[in-house]
Amino acid sequence: MLIFGIPLQLLSTQILLGLINGAFYAILSLGLAIIFGLLNIVNFAHGAFYMMGAFGALLMLDHFAMNYWLALLVVPLTIGLLGCVIERLILRRIYDLDHLYGMILTFGMGLVIVGLFRNQYGATGLPYSMPAALQGGYNLGFMFLPASRAFVILASVAVCLVTWLVIEKTRLGSWLRAATEKPELTEAFGINVPLLITLTYGFGVALAGFAGVLAAPIYSVNPMMGSDLIIVVFAVVVIGGMGSISGAILTGFMLGLVEGVTKVFWPQASTTVIFVIMAIVLLIRPAGLFGKQA
Amino acid sequence: MPISGCPMADRLSQNPHFQVTDLEAWYGESHVLHRVSFDIREGEVVTLLGRNGAGKSTTLKSIMGMIKRRQGSVRLREKELGRASSRAIARAGIAFCPEDRGIYSSLTVEENLMLPPVVASGGMSVAEIHTLFPNLAERRRSQGTRLSGGEQQMLAIGRILRTGARLLLLDEPTEGLAPVIVQQIGATIRQLKERGYTVLLVEQNFHFAASVADRHYVMDHGQVVDMIPGPEIADNMAKLSTYLGV
Ligand SMILES: Nc1ncnc2c1ncn2[C@@H]1O[C@H](COP(=O)(O)OP(=O)(O)OP(=O)(O)O)[C@@H](O)[C@H]1O
Ligand SMILES: [Mg+2]
Repeated sequence: MLIFGIPLQLLSTQILLGLINGAFYAILSLGLAIIFGLLNIVNFAHGAFYMMGAFGALLMLDHFAMNYWLALLVVPLTIGLLGCVIERLILRRIYDLDHLYGMILTFGMGLVIVGLFRNQYGATGLPYSMPAALQGGYNLGFMFLPASRAFVILASVAVCLVTWLVIEKTRLGSWLRAATEKPELTEAFGINVPLLITLTYGFGVALAGFAGVLAAPIYSVNPMMGSDLIIVVFAVVVIGGMGSISGAILTGFMLGLVEGVTKVFWPQASTTVIFVIMAIVLLIRPAGLFGKQA
Repeated sequence: MPISGCPMADRLSQNPHFQVTDLEAWYGESHVLHRVSFDIREGEVVTLLGRNGAGKSTTLKSIMGMIKRRQGSVRLREKELGRASSRAIARAGIAFCPEDRGIYSSLTVEENLMLPPVVASGGMSVAEIHTLFPNLAERRRSQGTRLSGGEQQMLAIGRILRTGARLLLLDEPTEGLAPVIVQQIGATIRQLKERGYTVLLVEQNFHFAASVADRHYVMDHGQVVDMIPGPEIADNMAKLSTYLGV
């Protein structure tokens, strides 16, 4: 069967690959958006935390024989804790300074982390063996759906949805939104805003770590994996609108799809299409598709 | 401080409940409060009057710990709060209703109402607040900033009544509101007084201030320049007019 002269199988395979990329874009840009909302810091170390998530899964398997499912829980928690410590000890010192300092500081942190991993593990990719439950897949008739990829999409949708629900529908979420909108007043109501900030940074980077664990079995694990990905994620965040939670999630999946479809119709453009969209969005809606226009 | 002639005198304790002494505040290098001192007895409604830029809002914000560079003593009962964080000050039982009302646009009316944590027992229930301000019940699902100005003011007052704080700092609650709403807010403040709340009210509208308050402090150029007991306000009209520049 052909669609616009393209075999359905090729099209659906690329759409699936696009959705998988989108799943990662969504989790990562969600974390960036939450952190930016409350801390006003563009977390340039985000890619490094993602990479640490993948290495975390690998090391836990190698040294403690920790399986993938447990790693999905333990590794993000550990990275989240590390994030809390970093916020307390380092980021907290620069809140009174210009936003630029936050960018430079987190960028530097990311470089240091990636450098340490490169020293230790070299620059080549390391394999992570696929957990048994994710081997094989489903024949959908028009295409084969590998279980590992289906899982990545499901896990990403679930994590994004739960995060969105907590932020938009719970009391804790209302505190977070309040602290994002008017930090001083929120503090003057007796809410512990500094603690919220610490937890938010921890949670944001834990999301990156979670994405890293998800990536371990399907991409090669190497110290540079986050740096390559995060550039695209920044474009996603700019397109969606800084600080918009649902915008980050939807834009993530959407742009993954756009990339996949572009790969079918114009393969050479597939790596640049997101940046072209970013340029157009910046011209037409500078605050992003879902951001509040000034 | 003479309190004879005040109808509430018997019910007021004699010791200052809340005392501000030599409060100073700065915005950057600009020194805007100079040795501001005043006190309030428990259950009293006291206003801060003064022209634009006199330092009224800055006084409230300094009490709340929201001005970074400040100095001096702020005491609630025996507790010294002059150097406390604004969170600790809120937890000590002081609640603040800011001049811009501080309604959150990312929160619904109900979420705005439920936002401030309860800091002491004895606060009003949501049902009581809804009885006081029925509009808030009707519009509980709306975005906070979709409310009219008057409704936003009711929300801003209503949400601090839940917390159990007994000292309320209200910054110009009648500013820019229609006369009926101003009356409703006046009635609310009188009700709060009956319930034993202590209120520090910033006002420009001294007719309104005179209708609700026991005493008035007058501020000018970042200083407290006078204190006028409520019943004597009529005799001090001329003086007040010069202070307020009206
Ligand atoms: N954020 C700020 N930065 C610098 N100066 C400020 C700031 N806010 C107020 N000021 C200055 O501090 C002084 C006191 O201001 P404040 O807002 O306390 O006056 P106010 O009595 O509340 O006036 P109004 O009746 O207009 O509300 C004014 O001179 C004002 O210009
Ligand atoms: Mg003011």
